[in-house]
Amino acid sequence: MSREARGMMSREARRLRLKRAARRCFAALWPPLAFGALVLGGWEAGARWGGLDPMMLPAPSEIAEQFQLGFASGLYPQHLGVTLLQAMIGFGIAICAGVGIGALISAVPLVERTLNPFLIAFEAMPKIAMAPLVIVWFGYGIWSKVVLAAAIAFFPVLVSTILGLRACEPGRLDVLRCLGASRAQVFRLVRLPSALPFIFSGINVAVVFVLLGAIVGEFVGAKAGLGTLILAANENLETARVFSILALLAGMGMLLHFGVTALRQRLLFWAGPQAGPPTA
Amino acid sequence: MTAIDDRRAQPGGLNQPRDGTPLIAVRELSKVYPMAKGERVQALSRINMEIGQGEFVSLVGPSGCGKTTVLRILAGLIADYTGDVSVSGKSLHGPSREVGVVFQDANLMPWRTALANVLLPAEVLGLNRKQARARAQELLSMVGLEGFERKLPGELSGGMRQRVAIARALIHDPAVLLLDEPFGALDAMTRDTMNVELAAIAARSKKTVFLITHSIAEAVFLSDRVLVMSSRPGRIVEVIPVQLPRPRGLDIIVDLGFAATVLRIRRLLDGDTASALPSIAH
Repeated sequence: MSREARGMMSREARRLRLKRAARRCFAALWPPLAFGALVLGGWEAGARWGGLDPMMLPAPSEIAEQFQLGFASGLYPQHLGVTLLQAMIGFGIAICAGVGIGALISAVPLVERTLNPFLIAFEAMPKIAMAPLVIVWFGYGIWSKVVLAAAIAFFPVLVSTILGLRACEPGRLDVLRCLGASRAQVFRLVRLPSALPFIFSGINVAVVFVLLGAIVGEFVGAKAGLGTLILAANENLETARVFSILALLAGMGMLLHFGVTALRQRLLFWAGPQAGPPTA
Repeated sequence: MTAIDDRRAQPGGLNQPRDGTPLIAVRELSKVYPMAKGERVQALSRINMEIGQGEFVSLVGPSGCGKTTVLRILAGLIADYTGDVSVSGKSLHGPSREVGVVFQDANLMPWRTALANVLLPAEVLGLNRKQARARAQELLSMVGLEGFERKLPGELSGGMRQRVAIARALIHDPAVLLLDEPFGALDAMTRDTMNVELAAIAARSKKTVFLITHSIAEAVFLSDRVLVMSSRPGRIVEVIPVQLPRPRGLDIIVDLGFAATVLRIRRLLDGDTASALPSIAH
């Protein structure tokens, strides 16, 4: 076979492979895309000719225009940055505190027995109700929002860490114990990696919760952030604007979720995609 | 029968290594498990045994007779017992570097490659990294896994995972290799192959091996001596020397000496609890 012919073959094969991938992609995407188009089309038609009140449900085209305008003026990026910063700092604190306290609780039974009733009481309380108090304590700046975000996102990380550390297979522990490994070694080499699939399911919940905490905090009292923009737009009855910010938040939440999923795949290459408990 | 057998199980009886000083010495070992409601279960009762340097000794008995308790004490996983247990002349209360353990499940860390799993004890014990790495490579090829160093446990078959576990148990060069029904979870064909390889590994590494199994044929095939245990309370009722030439192949199954030894152990166990044993082959 000549080199040219082989080149043709491989080009042909590559074309076929691409075609197959495209077909798979299309098969996966068409139902949600068709559904979305149908809903948006019906909504747009309803707003234009069906007499939908633009104060209640503005047309998608109008929302898109507000979206574009918000970005063009630099207003959205600026406030998005504030909200995102608050959420991410809160996220970091929630993960560190959740994993740290979870590790302490599962390592020292006395700590568990001491803290358990308080943790249950704190978890049972709707953390959002603390928002006004947290504003009083930490002011109108970003830190009150950071604290709220962290407080809300802390629990899923804590609970999944405790569950994960407890679920460690005893056989794996025996391997280290019969070598006379220290507690720190057992934790680092077996317990923590074994718990990671669980911890990640908690982190997946937490990443959505931190956005919630940041926005609620901004509603109660803030100088900047997407929450303040929503409040201002609502007061001016700019419903299309409110919708455009909601769309932005939804997109933000999805990006964060995918980020966590990508990180999970990198760190947990050894675990199947469904390892650990199902995400809440 | 107990009176005679108890005498046999005493030190100075048949329960002696064939040559050399004992590497493992167990004297009057008893273990009681406290149960709920203040009850106590006598798991082991006055176990005596000695295992010499380089010897391959198996412990067979019905399920629940306490064989795993004996192994866990030798592995340092159970520290509260009465009696004396020593390895290499040192009294044993807790984990010892002289011991390498292979469990029924391979218990590999799924996030570590085969090589990294073998190196785990070296990390725990703080051994020289470079030397340990070279040794891990050697051990992996000794157990027939050359070229699989970078595979994750999830990519290996059950037999291969157990081979990695054997290599891991040998990485810190322990004097004794303890095996707790290491091939119990494998299918019969893989199990036969693994037994042939285990015999070769034991011969090549010149380790002292203590094997727990409920397969009589497996015990006879591999061992220099077979200790027969009975249950409730767990005690050693008989020590059977296996006088078959080495190396032994799988065709030893048709050897009359092999069959006679298996039969002898089976009769001992059947007198105790016939139903607790699988009927054929094992």
